[in-house]
Amino acid sequence: MGYLDRTARSLFLSELLSGLGMTLRYMFKPKVTLNYPNEKGPLSPRFRGEHALRRYPNGEERCIACKLCEAVCPALAITIEAEPRDDGSRRTTRYDIDMTKCIYCGLCQEACPVDAIVQGPNFEFSTETREELFYNKDKLLANGDRWEAQIAANLAADAPYR
Amino acid sequence: MPKLTIDGIEIEVDPGTSILQACEMLGIEIPRFCYHDRLSVPANCRMCLVEMERSPKPVASCAMPCGEGMVVRTQSEKALKARHATMEFLLLNHPLDCPICDQGGECDLQDQAMAYGFDRGRYRETKRAVKDKDVGPLIKTIMTRCIHCTRCIRFSDEIAGVSVLGGIGRGEHTEVGPYIEQAIQSELSGNLIDVCPVGALTSKPYAFTARPWELRKTESVDVLDAVGSNIRVDTRGAEVMRILPRLNEDVNEEWISDKTRFSYDGLRRRRLDRCYVRRDGKLVPVSWDEAFAAVADRLTGVSGDRIAALAGDLADAESQLALKDLMTALASPHLDCRQDGARFDASARAGYLFNTTIAGIEQADAVLLIGTNPRFEAALVNARLRKRWLRGGLTVAAIGPALDLTYPVAHLGAGTQTLQDVADGKHSFAETLRAARGPMLILGMGALARSDGAAVQALARRIADSVGLVRDGWNGFNVLHTAAGRVAGLELGLLPGAGGRDRDAILDGCAAGHLDVVYLLGADEIPGDRFGDAFVIYQGSHGDRGAHRADVIFPAAAYTEKHALYLNTEGRPQLTRPATFPPGEARDDWKILRALSERLGKPLAYNTQGELRRRLAAVNPAFGRIDQVTPARWQAFGAAGALDPAPFALPIQTFHQTDPITRASDTMAACADELFRSAETIATGRTGTDG
Repeated sequence: MGYLDRTARSLFLSELLSGLGMTLRYMFKPKVTLNYPNEKGPLSPRFRGEHALRRYPNGEERCIACKLCEAVCPALAITIEAEPRDDGSRRTTRYDIDMTKCIYCGLCQEACPVDAIVQGPNFEFSTETREELFYNKDKLLANGDRWEAQIAANLAADAPYR
Repeated sequence: MPKLTIDGIEIEVDPGTSILQACEMLGIEIPRFCYHDRLSVPANCRMCLVEMERSPKPVASCAMPCGEGMVVRTQSEKALKARHATMEFLLLNHPLDCPICDQGGECDLQDQAMAYGFDRGRYRETKRAVKDKDVGPLIKTIMTRCIHCTRCIRFSDEIAGVSVLGGIGRGEHTEVGPYIEQAIQSELSGNLIDVCPVGALTSKPYAFTARPWELRKTESVDVLDAVGSNIRVDTRGAEVMRILPRLNEDVNEEWISDKTRFSYDGLRRRRLDRCYVRRDGKLVPVSWDEAFAAVADRLTGVSGDRIAALAGDLADAESQLALKDLMTALASPHLDCRQDGARFDASARAGYLFNTTIAGIEQADAVLLIGTNPRFEAALVNARLRKRWLRGGLTVAAIGPALDLTYPVAHLGAGTQTLQDVADGKHSFAETLRAARGPMLILGMGALARSDGAAVQALARRIADSVGLVRDGWNGFNVLHTAAGRVAGLELGLLPGAGGRDRDAILDGCAAGHLDVVYLLGADEIPGDRFGDAFVIYQGSHGDRGAHRADVIFPAAAYTEKHALYLNTEGRPQLTRPATFPPGEARDDWKILRALSERLGKPLAYNTQGELRRRLAAVNPAFGRIDQVTPARWQAFGAAGALDPAPFALPIQTFHQTDPITRASDTMAACADELFRSAETIATGRTGTDG
């Protein structure tokens, strides 16, 4: 019976026609592909992209050099050095992230007690040399300044679930 | 012997043992903040509460002595609830600033809050804040974090012996701090950082620089005085970040002096990291090869008796033996390991060791200090003396300058005349010593580093015999050294050979042109102008006085960078271990001497440290027994001679700056400065309250 059935379907090209039919159906549906980079897909507020160091609204950097992110980082990508600033507060003198080591797990963001180090929504930071991916404190603070509005919105959106 | 039951386990303890100590014997953990093994028991933190049968309330286990038939429960609901409540009260006013607190990661409060605390707070009101106090360049205070355990107050009162800290105010207004805001005038003040269970007292030089979990810990030994305190060197990468004490009941208990703890920044500054040779009056950096060639060139054709060698205070046993073997190969008898000019007879071990041992001080009941200030020369020997004095029944007297040793000291006289009187039995203190069950005599470098040193030593020995300092199982004759390398040098016989010159004779010989070459193994305490026209080879770690005068400089490793053997003033061999690598081209001291001997065509008979250690043990078996004191036989020593009536001077004037490492340290400079300013304040009578 199975033999007859298969032969009949081959003879009348029903499989080919159903495939063509599906193609025809999709021709009239909205496209799922995106015209990247002109178009981009939606991102979750929890998306773990490029790192940034944030500041308080008054311009003071948030990071207090507690070194929890350095301790928690499973890839050992973060290097911090600290000393008392002139006003006696605890600040980093060096905050480096080796983005080539980073595995984008987001643990640094989880560990941070002051929401200073965050993984922002930016995923388009490819470079032409490795050296450009060794981020220092200036680069991370600049990232924070550039993405602050979106980062703050993302954190606010995610806050009820924490 | 009371017998009690703790958590269903029966235990019999000595009378007077507290429940907390009994629990420790059973391995039951009782949380505590105010209780400390070596301090008195105030029982004010209430963290160690346990439930006791027939007691309506939980009892503080640290203060409750064990009684016959007690039934104690440490894990009952009542006990746990009491601890929870105590923890909640402690955390009411404690700030939640662990991320910026240097104690974070090694904080008793943090750990115990994890183990015994709630996971959230119920306190919604404002927390209290306390103004920070300025207590000098070593200790940083954040008094808001203080939980009023009073450990610091008890430490400074009891161990350090300076009553400068106290609690002011009551209830919520209690503030712990100095009565008068000024630097704590104690050489043990750094230990306050260790006893503080929270982050209220932290180290100022270490502030914010590292976290405990990122430090590599190396167990080592301190060499900045002759006590040989056991330390732990914490490093991150190639830098020493801090130095902490290590428990050794026989030497330093669990304390270390401020010099030991805070001078580590001197290990980074003014380091010699390559060889130098003086050309046309200027030191020029060269390679090892060129430096060795310069020395070999200079030494060709120079006969042995025109060469001399001096070993410094920080030289380890290995390098001193290598130096001695090298000088023997060069046929030079002019050797000395006593760069301060001390003259004493080193033929008998008992004549230069701290025979009673540091732990033995606790059995003493009469002590005579001669030309020494143990508070500056060996802060932990002084701490032991004070510990013994606190127990009661200790008489201390001093010959030499008047001293403030944190306990009463009878000042008998200034110089040899008084010593003579004691020896002749004319002085009443001779009777005190004779009547004592544990009489001790501590002979300092102030009495021996004089031209009549050997005669003073002989006189001290005469006192020992006349009052019976040496008895069955007790030797009360002690020499307190100030240099960590000294005892090793004496044990190895790094002393003038037959017809050899001692330090003063070497310097005179240089000035008179009788000596051509002087080898300085880290000897920095000699004025450079006394070497005359001699060719000076300096081997050491820091660009200090010795390097300043040198014609050739060999860079060497400091004590945190090498495997080395040091003998403390008791003659106890202890090992240092490398925590970091020596900077640049610097090498281990003995390796430099071994390489130089090869170049001079007289290779030393050892190629590895193991072989060198075996040779050390062959020269003197004491070196083979690590961490153990080899008792010395009571023999004749000292030399009769004329006594100089001049008063004894103290060998150490500035506690904080005694050697190349501490002189290179900024922290120590700040301390010396602070001390000087405080002395000035006292001299002018200004207390800060005079308006």
